[in-house]
Formats: sequence, C-alpha cells, structure tokens
Amino acid sequence: MPPLLALRDVEARYGPLRALHGVTLEVEEGEIVALLGANGAGKTTTLRAVSGTVRRGGRVELAGRPLAREGPETVARLGVAHVPEGRGTFSELTVWENLRLGAITRRGRLDGDLRRVLGFFPWLDGRRNQQAGTLSGGEQQMLALARAMMQRPRLLLVDEPSLGLAPLVVAEIFRIIRELNEREGTTVLLVEQNARHSLAVAHRAYVLETGRVAFGAPTEELARNESIRKSYLGY
Amino acid sequence: MRARLAWQLAVIAGVAVAIALLPFGLSDYHRSQGADVAVYVMAILGLNIVTGYTGQISIGHGAFMALGGYTTAILTHDHGWNDLATLPVALAVGFGAGVVVGVPALRFHGAYLALVTFAVALAVPQLAKNYSHFTGGTEGLALPTHTGLWLYGVGWAAAVILYVLTWLLLRGRTGRAFRAVRDSEIAAASAGVNLAVHKTLAFGISAAFAAVAGSVYVLVNNFVNPDVFGLQLSLYVLIGAVVAGLGSLWGILAGAAFVQLLPIGLTSSHAVSSQAVPVIFGAIVVLVMALIPRGSAEVLRAALGLPIRIRSGHHSSTPHSLEAR
Amino acid sequence: MLGVAAIRRPRTPSGWIVPGLLAACCVFLLVGSLSSSLFAQQTVSGLANGGIYASLGVALVLIYRATQVINFSQGALATFTTYVAWQLMSWGLGYWPAFVLTLGIAFVGGIAVELVAIRPVERRGNVLTVVIASIGVLILVEGAVGWIWGSEVKFMPSAFPARAIHVGGVAFSLQDLGTIGVSIAAVVVLWALFQFTKVGLAMRAAALRPEAARLVGVRVSWMLSLGWGLAAVLGAVAGMMAAASPSVLLQPSMMDGVLIYAFAAAVLGGLESAAGAVVGGLAIGALLNLLGSYVSWVTPQLLLPAAFVLMLVVLLVKPSGLFGRTQVRRV
Repeated sequence: MPPLLALRDVEARYGPLRALHGVTLEVEEGEIVALLGANGAGKTTTLRAVSGTVRRGGRVELAGRPLAREGPETVARLGVAHVPEGRGTFSELTVWENLRLGAITRRGRLDGDLRRVLGFFPWLDGRRNQQAGTLSGGEQQMLALARAMMQRPRLLLVDEPSLGLAPLVVAEIFRIIRELNEREGTTVLLVEQNARHSLAVAHRAYVLETGRVAFGAPTEELARNESIRKSYLGY
Repeated sequence: MRARLAWQLAVIAGVAVAIALLPFGLSDYHRSQGADVAVYVMAILGLNIVTGYTGQISIGHGAFMALGGYTTAILTHDHGWNDLATLPVALAVGFGAGVVVGVPALRFHGAYLALVTFAVALAVPQLAKNYSHFTGGTEGLALPTHTGLWLYGVGWAAAVILYVLTWLLLRGRTGRAFRAVRDSEIAAASAGVNLAVHKTLAFGISAAFAAVAGSVYVLVNNFVNPDVFGLQLSLYVLIGAVVAGLGSLWGILAGAAFVQLLPIGLTSSHAVSSQAVPVIFGAIVVLVMALIPRGSAEVLRAALGLPIRIRSGHHSSTPHSLEAR
Repeated sequence: MLGVAAIRRPRTPSGWIVPGLLAACCVFLLVGSLSSSLFAQQTVSGLANGGIYASLGVALVLIYRATQVINFSQGALATFTTYVAWQLMSWGLGYWPAFVLTLGIAFVGGIAVELVAIRPVERRGNVLTVVIASIGVLILVEGAVGWIWGSEVKFMPSAFPARAIHVGGVAFSLQDLGTIGVSIAAVVVLWALFQFTKVGLAMRAAALRPEAARLVGVRVSWMLSLGWGLAAVLGAVAGMMAAASPSVLLQPSMMDGVLIYAFAAAVLGGLESAAGAVVGGLAIGALLNLLGSYVSWVTPQLLLPAAFVLMLVVLLVKPSGLFGRTQVRRV
C-alpha cells in the first residue's frame, strides 16, 4: 500500500528565494508525523507545498496519486485539510459559519459531522452565533481544528498550533490532535517549533534543515538519542 | 551610450522635421486635424506627468481642458483679447486649478482618486451648463476662425514647447523626485523628498498642460460649449495615455495620433461605422491592460501601491515587494 | 475554560453622530411628509430615485468587497441590459417575462465580462490596471449600445401603470412606489442569498479571506465571477427601473449620471457595506429631490455636482463611510 502522503525531491521558492531544496518524506495512513526544525528551515513551506498554496517542483503523491500543480481548492477537495499558521479562521463570520465552511464542498446534511465535531469540542455548541474573531487564541485554534474535521479529511496538515498560546491550552490542543488520530484514524502531518510536545504525540518525526530533510526517525529513537535531541531539538 | 544618444537625437530631429513639413502636403481640413493631434499630445503629456510619473491616476483631465478652453473663449469673446495671448493665461489658470485639486488629492490613492476625478469629469460640464451667463450655456460661445495652417502651427509650437519643458523638467532633480514618488512613496519620503509638494506640483503642471490643450482645442473648433469637454474627452485622453505607455515620453505622439486619427481613418475608409469606434477603443484598452500592463503596470501599481485591503483613503503606498502577491 | 475577553469598540460620544443624523433625517422626512403633501410626494419620488441608486450602489459594493476594484462599467452594463429588455419587449414579450429573462441574461453577461475582460487583466496587473480595464469596458459597452441600437432616445415601458394611488389624501405615483418596492426586494433577495445559502457563504468567505477559503475547497475565482454576475443583475434592475422613470431617458449615456449617485451612495457606506449603500442611496435620492424642489437656486444641473461634493466630503472626513464597520478586538 502506498503511503498516504509522499514527497519526492520537492522544491519551492518565494520569488527569488529558494525555501525547499529537495524534500523527501512519507506519511503512512493513520500516523502522526511531526516536522521539526529551526525557524526558516522550511517546515511551513513543506505544508504549503502539499496543500498547493505555494508553487512547487518535484513530486507530491496522495495515496499513490500524483498531485499535479493543483491549486489549494483542488487539493482540499481531495481530502487534505490544512490548518495554516495563523489558523485561517474567518474572524468576521460566526463560529457556526466557520464550521459550515469546512463542509462547503460536500452535499447532504451536516448533522452527523457536527455531532462528531461537537464530541471533541462540546463548548462550541453554545457559541454558534459568536463572531469567530471574539474567541480567544486557544479557542480559535480549536475552531480551526474543528473546521478541518468538518472536511472529513484523509490527511490533516497542522501548522504551528501552539503559536502564541498558553501552556495549558497547548497541552489541550495536542491532546485533541492525538484523540483525533486515535478515535477517527485521521492521518496528521504536524509542524511545530515546540519539539517536546510534538514528540509526545507523534509516531515519527523528520527534522528539516535549510530546506532539506536532515533525517527522520520514530520518535522514541529521537527522544532517546541525546546528541540529536540537544543539537536539533534544543533540549 | 554615445551612439544611443545620437540615435535618439536623430530620431527626434527626424520627427520634428516631418511634423514641420507635413502641413504643406495636406489640405486645410487635414491641417486642422493635425492641430487636434497636437491638442491630444499636450493633454496626454499632462496626464502622463501626473499619472505616469508620480502615479496619481486622473480621469478628469477633460475638466482642466475645459478650464483652459473657457478661459480662452471668454477672454476672446467677451473681452476682445488676442487668442495667442490667452494661452499663457490658460497655462497659469490651469496650474492654479491643478494645485487646488492636487492638495485634497493627496488624501486619495489609486482607485479612490480615479473615482473622484471621474466624478469631476462628469460634474464640470454640468456646472458649465448651469452658470450659463459666464459660459454661454448650451448654445456656447463662438470664436474667430483661423486657417488650418495657423492652427497647426500654433498647436504644434505649443506642443513642442511643452514637450521640451517636460523633458527638461524630468531630467532634473524634480523629475528624479517624481520618479521616486511613483516607485515608492515610503522610500522617497525617507530619502527626503517632500511628497506633498511634489505630488501637488505634478498635478499643477499636468493641469496647466491640459488647460493649454483645451485652449488650442477651442481655437481649432472655433466654438465651445459644455458638451465639448464631456466625459468622452477625459476618457479618450486616458486611452491615448494608456496606448502611449505611461511613464515614458516616447509613445505620446503615437498615443495622440491613435486617439485622434484612428476613428477618422476607420470611418472615412468605410471599414467601420462611426458608432463602432468606441467599441474598438474599449477593446483596445482592455487588450493593452491584459497584454502589456508591464509598461503601464510598472507605473500604475506604484500609483496604487496599496495594501491588499484598503478601508480608507489614508494609507500611503507600500513598495511592491512588500505586497503579499 | 478559557475566558473569552472580547471587546467591541465602545460607542464613543462621537459614535452617536451618524445614527443620530440618520434618525434626525427620518424624523425630518416624516414630519415634512405629514405636514405637506408636496413634500410627501417629492420624498417618495426621491426615494424612488434613491432605490435605483441603492441597487447600483450595492452592485458596486459587491464587486469592491470581493476584489477592491471600483467597477466603472457597472452603469454601462446596466444600460446594455436595459436595452436588451427593451428589445425583448419590442419583439412582443410581456413586461415581467422580459424583466426576468433580462435578469438571467445580465447574470450570464456579468460573468462573461469578468471572464473575458477582467480575469486576464487581473492575472497580469494589479488593482489599478483592472480599474482602467473596467473603464475600457465602459467605453466598449456604451459604444456597443450606440452601435447596435443607435443613439436616439427610445421609450421604455414600465411595469406599473401610470396611475396614482391615494394614501392619506395624498396622491403618490404608482411608478415611484413600485420602483421602491422592486429595488428593495432585489437587495433583500440578494442579502438572503448571501446569508442563508451555501453559495452565499462561500462567496462571503472568498471575499473576506480568499486564501483561507481556498483551503476549505472554495473555488475563489468562480466566486468572483458569480459576484460579477450578481452585480450585473442588480445593475439590470436599476437600469430597468431608471429607464421607466420620467426623469431618465433610454439612451446610451443613460446611466452615466446615475453611476455617480451610486458611487456616492456606496461611498456613504464605506464601499464595503451593502446596507450602507442602501441607506445612502435612499438618503441621497430623497434629499437631492427635496433640495431641487424647495431651494430655488438648485437647478437640475447642480444636483450631480452636489452629489459629487457630498462624496468628496465623506471621502475626506470619514473614508470608512458613515457606517464604518465596528471593529472586533480581543484583549
């Protein structure tokens, strides 16, 4: 069975600036894979390359099917949900409208999806008509995850979910990500500065350095290897 | 470098000679049409200074032309002035009006300025109709006629003078300041260029040129009424400027000739009915914008230079490289 | 859990000026209408004009909100579709069937203009080149109207019989009331579309945050085309109502002046608020009409410059419009 996501020698640039120099990695179905590395290593760009938000070279395959320079709309419709840096919530719309947008490309009723999502975020129920921009940072992050779930994604891309959030909230969010993976079987590719949290939930991790994969390994191995931990992960 | 300059001078000289000799091969009627081309040259020159060189878009230059035109008409008709003497007056009046408009225009950018000047282009003829005891209202004012040759000579002499003035201006410090303003207001300001002064100056100069153009226009038609300076005129000057390529002095002749002569050429050859001319012009504007915006876009994007979402007219331009495109 | 600390910007004393002004306006109109039947009639016919400005104004807002483009061709497109309606009626089609068919044609036409003239320009240039392209479309479409149908004035039938109905002893033109009704209905239907349908939500999302909308699978460029189509429909409504009114004649330059009033209305709403454009349009229509009837030195030719001055003042003093959005801020 081909991996759910495969990147082969993916390059990407922002104007004249090369951000990715040939990234090769794989994500198997049902896994949580973390992308680690310093600022500017290309972690966010890698996610963008997958979702089609940035122009790229190289091969990206979804369950064996190559994605040809598709735009983000098409990739999203193929079952990839990208929760970007900054969350991508529509602050001007209500919580309910944000959730509806997650399922906008599908026909049929949303009840089932909604129930599932509220199962993870029960507090959303009472806030349906609240403007999304008035939620706290942590709540917006969870709304973004909830919306991604409404897309019933095969692959969930999450970019820096802990950014700007208090430790308690961060812990909560990672717990939810793990629950999503365990209960729903959602495959997750996670970008996170905070190595400790990522390694706690992820099965495997890749470390990126200046636009290339330095190495990848199962997380227990990484956690055990002290020199790697110190030099690449900072602890 | 030397060779290129020599080549450019040769081309200019050649064109100048051609323009000087042309009328002797034309009928009187065609000579006055040649004078009309000179009118457009001046108007487009003016528009180019404000839009092409300082990046402030104006769709209302017909209003400045009206100002110059009516100045000439009223002075000759009601006060017996010599026509030529009115041209410098029109220049001064135009400059004053341009500065007066340029000051509030500082607060608007890009599309908002386009909107305001568009409204001016429509509002001024209405004002002219209203204050008819000044302007002769819809019946208009009649002016003494002149031969085609005289008109051609006056028109092109004025055009050449203004062209040379522009060239001198743009070569010097002011010109560099203008270009700096167009390319990046933030950078220009931090380099010590006084934005307000230069942008208003550009408006003043550009309006002055348009006013002179309007004066000559009125002399060529030996008649003026509010509809002469309607919306269509402003739009045609814009078309000429767009086809000419904003931000460069070279294409202006082509742009003016295009706007004045193409309609006539098409209709007199019976290739196309006169009604179809605006359709063709409109299509050409769209095509130019779609295919060669780089020449105009280089300049126009600086004219806008807005952040992606603008909620007020207050923002100053951001350099292109900072825009999230 | 986590406390929600949300602050809506508090209504400062000056924040009451605009609602206060509006309320004062309404009171003024009401009192005047009750005391003078001429006043009431002029108010109603002013509101009818205002309905036309409001429809076209909302069309402008629609496109501006989604693309930051000021569409100078909106009026010309409205003129073209109105001529289409005229043509259908002169071929024997009844009024309302022609009306509806014209709306459909306008919808398709708006999408076509976006695809053919705007999209290629947008791809290459920036907002300002698109604005100039829209001016190109203005010239083209107005020229096309003159080319196809000639520039002589034509007579446009109206949906409403030229009768008067009596309310409280005052005779009101059915035409005026009908225009107000149709304009408001059009805007309300559009609002409902945006609020309650999936497509409407997708369009709103595409206009607010195109990148985020793409990530949920919204085809943003289709939404833009749809926006142009809907704007053209509103323009068609405005055009057909305008042509039927006694003060506007069916000719190629029909909507040039109306476009300025519509711009003024949209600007009153800050170019981003449809509700603002509606209120602005109605207010401009009513007040200008009253100004013209009651103030002797205000001739019909001064009305357009008056609207221009109003627009200028708003842009200089409060560019976010009289109904600038309340900001939502988090602590």
